[in-house]
Amino acid sequence: MSVPPTDAPALPRGSAFLGGLRAGATSVFMVVIVGSYVSIGALAHDLGFPLLWIVLSSLLIWAAPAQLILISALGAGAPPLEVALAVGLSGMRLLPMVVALMPLLKTPATRARDLIVPAHFTAISMWIESLRLLPKLPRAGRIPFANGLGTALMAGAVVASVIGFRLAQALPSLLVAALLFLSPMSFLISAVRNARVTADRVALVLGLVLAPLLAWRGVELDLMWTGLIGGGVAFAAHRLREALR
Amino acid sequence: MSALGGLAPYVLLILVGFLPNEVWRMLGLAFARGLDEDSEIIVFARAVATAILTGVVGKITIFAPGALATVPVTVRIGAAALGVVAFLLIRRSVFAGVATATAAIVAGVLAFGDQ
Repeated sequence: MSVPPTDAPALPRGSAFLGGLRAGATSVFMVVIVGSYVSIGALAHDLGFPLLWIVLSSLLIWAAPAQLILISALGAGAPPLEVALAVGLSGMRLLPMVVALMPLLKTPATRARDLIVPAHFTAISMWIESLRLLPKLPRAGRIPFANGLGTALMAGAVVASVIGFRLAQALPSLLVAALLFLSPMSFLISAVRNARVTADRVALVLGLVLAPLLAWRGVELDLMWTGLIGGGVAFAAHRLREALR
Repeated sequence: MSALGGLAPYVLLILVGFLPNEVWRMLGLAFARGLDEDSEIIVFARAVATAILTGVVGKITIFAPGALATVPVTVRIGAAALGVVAFLLIRRSVFAGVATATAAIVAGVLAFGDQ
């Protein structure tokens, strides 16, 4: 266990949660999430889903790619088993994200059940912001901070999906296209910003190249192979650098 | 789809949306037990997550979904590259990068979109 930072004052849990809410509300990801979920809400409306359904899907799934797959596949009448498989494959990235995030949140006093809520809040946006902001915070306030961050971002998503649902007919297609481009671009640029060590940099470049290449060659489970090959090579590069040091 | 009335869509939401997605988070929670942030496994997990993350970006850029597919692929790649360059040039601001890329998509469509 690494030593918790001692320079920052210990905050009560409530203000750590508020700090997380504030960080979420002012994050560049709030803009991105609002844009993306307006387009998701509009799509759900066009395919005939009820408004309550789209709200629940944001609260329960909380992963824009999985929601896009679910809405477009169910809307097109795809067999449920096939839809479950596609959603499951897209969600695989959440496993390494949760594994990488939880040790930042834990203290020796943390109970296993305290981590269930932050694990549920784990999505690309929340993960990137947590990795950036948590190391600067005192360890005791990190779980409420992460929960505040997740709450703010999720609330933004729910409100935006309702707006998109209501405005569906009024949105021009170029605007929807631009909104759909917001989240991949924010993921890419934040990944560039957060890549401080060799492993992250190598993984970033390999992921960008490998996934479209594997998908183009028709390789099944392309994202899983991208993660394992890209992550594996990046980890090997990291070990090599450490060994040469 | 035909079964959009009644409870059916909500049952589907749980069975084919929530559960297949949430299982990875809970597995991650189980795997993370006993690991601390300096473990080499965490470095590996971060690298895998980062590769999948940029992999998603690469796939969306090349094989775009929905309305984004109406934007020519060269415009999409060019806009993504411009976004990263803007981020690096403008005080490493994520907002500047995302705004530039999105503006480039709109500008690219207005300039080259209608063949």
